[in-house]
Amino acid sequence: MTWDWEFAIERFPDIAKGMLVTIQATLMGMALALVVGLILALGRRAPQKWIAWPFRAVIEFIRSTPLLIQLFFLYYALPEVGVVLDPMPALVFGLGLHYGTYCSEAYRAGIDDVARGQWEASTALNLGTVTTWASVILPQAIPTSIPALGNYFVAMFKDAPLGSTISVAGVLFMARSIGSSTFRYLETLTMAGFLFLLVSIPAALLVRRLEGRYGYAK
Amino acid sequence: MLENFILSPQAYTRLWEGTQVTVLVFVFSTALGTALSLFFGVARLAPQRWVRTLASVYVEFARGVSAIILLFWMFFALPPLLGISLTPMVAGVLALGINMGAYGAEVVRGGIQAVPEGQTEATIALNMTDRQRLAHVVLPQAIPVILPPFGNLMIEILKGTALVSLITLSDLAFEVQKLRVNRVVIADSATTPMLYINALIFYCILAQTVTAVFGYFERRTVRSFGGAR
Repeated sequence: MTWDWEFAIERFPDIAKGMLVTIQATLMGMALALVVGLILALGRRAPQKWIAWPFRAVIEFIRSTPLLIQLFFLYYALPEVGVVLDPMPALVFGLGLHYGTYCSEAYRAGIDDVARGQWEASTALNLGTVTTWASVILPQAIPTSIPALGNYFVAMFKDAPLGSTISVAGVLFMARSIGSSTFRYLETLTMAGFLFLLVSIPAALLVRRLEGRYGYAK
Repeated sequence: MLENFILSPQAYTRLWEGTQVTVLVFVFSTALGTALSLFFGVARLAPQRWVRTLASVYVEFARGVSAIILLFWMFFALPPLLGISLTPMVAGVLALGINMGAYGAEVVRGGIQAVPEGQTEATIALNMTDRQRLAHVVLPQAIPVILPPFGNLMIEILKGTALVSLITLSDLAFEVQKLRVNRVVIADSATTPMLYINALIFYCILAQTVTAVFGYFERRTVRSFGGAR
């Protein structure tokens, strides 16, 4: 089989439209992951063992199991207990939870990187727990977490086409459905891969530049 | 409650068969991935410019394109292009291995660069060949730096193996999907959520095993270097 330009050009708009859906899912998933990650990171650092331990277990469990099965769980299993999610929300929740656990590790490294003296100074100034976190620790911890968070953003983008398995009409879904109706996968899948490179390589370069600006103190 | 959590022996037999396929895909793809990591990690630091460029192109390409797209491309697009046919197993192992190799090459490169410059200078002073320097001096010292991120990479590949279920390979993820669809037929008392939770626990156990094995090797290498690092 050889490459058919006419077919490729004709189908490109559909693939590009699918790509926009994939990007949309990634943006929403990342917004959720940033919030979930922060909650998980703070929960894990709770001084009470009975709070910290379950957080740790949940992070470890979600991190060490495949996103694919987690998506299936959200989409196929939850309706049985009365929670029905549409494909797109299921994908966004799946990405947000899965990468939230990764983000929590990035935040944790950022928090650990804040100098000990900052904590001691907060205690000396008699700042409350909330003030200490919100005004002293996090404003210093989050900038150092940015490059790691950026890496997870790119990684999430590459996992977003998994949505095609729960019928989110993203880039892979489009490529597969055009392929199955025309028996031509070469053009559609190649264009999908090309569009991925077009987004993810510049994104990775941007993250590397961020590493120069922020990043953990070595 | 508990009888809803535990699946029927039949279902566990299916899951166990799927687990064996998952382990097989994991072993093959990490073997390929490790080989590619070493090869391209070293190539990225080669003295010849064209070798370095070629290695960078591979790394950027295989990292930039998503694993699932690469997998589908290998299975659906490559065979008609070349006029060959690939079994799902070969396509799956190739896609996962190539993907891991790109990430691993960066890890290997970082590990090699972490070895002090003086070591290279010493091998030159001792008149060692490039090959001897790499095999006996630089790589062994890079291993303590390489192992921890490599362990994380292995976990990513283990999770990635679930993708091969989408190209009809009957791994753990495939079996659990089949059980969900056929559940009415085999009349299992367990609910769908419990079915998936069981599969997730299977994956979690596999991941913890990989982590434990890597932890063992990390401790051993640190000990063999006398805690010099």
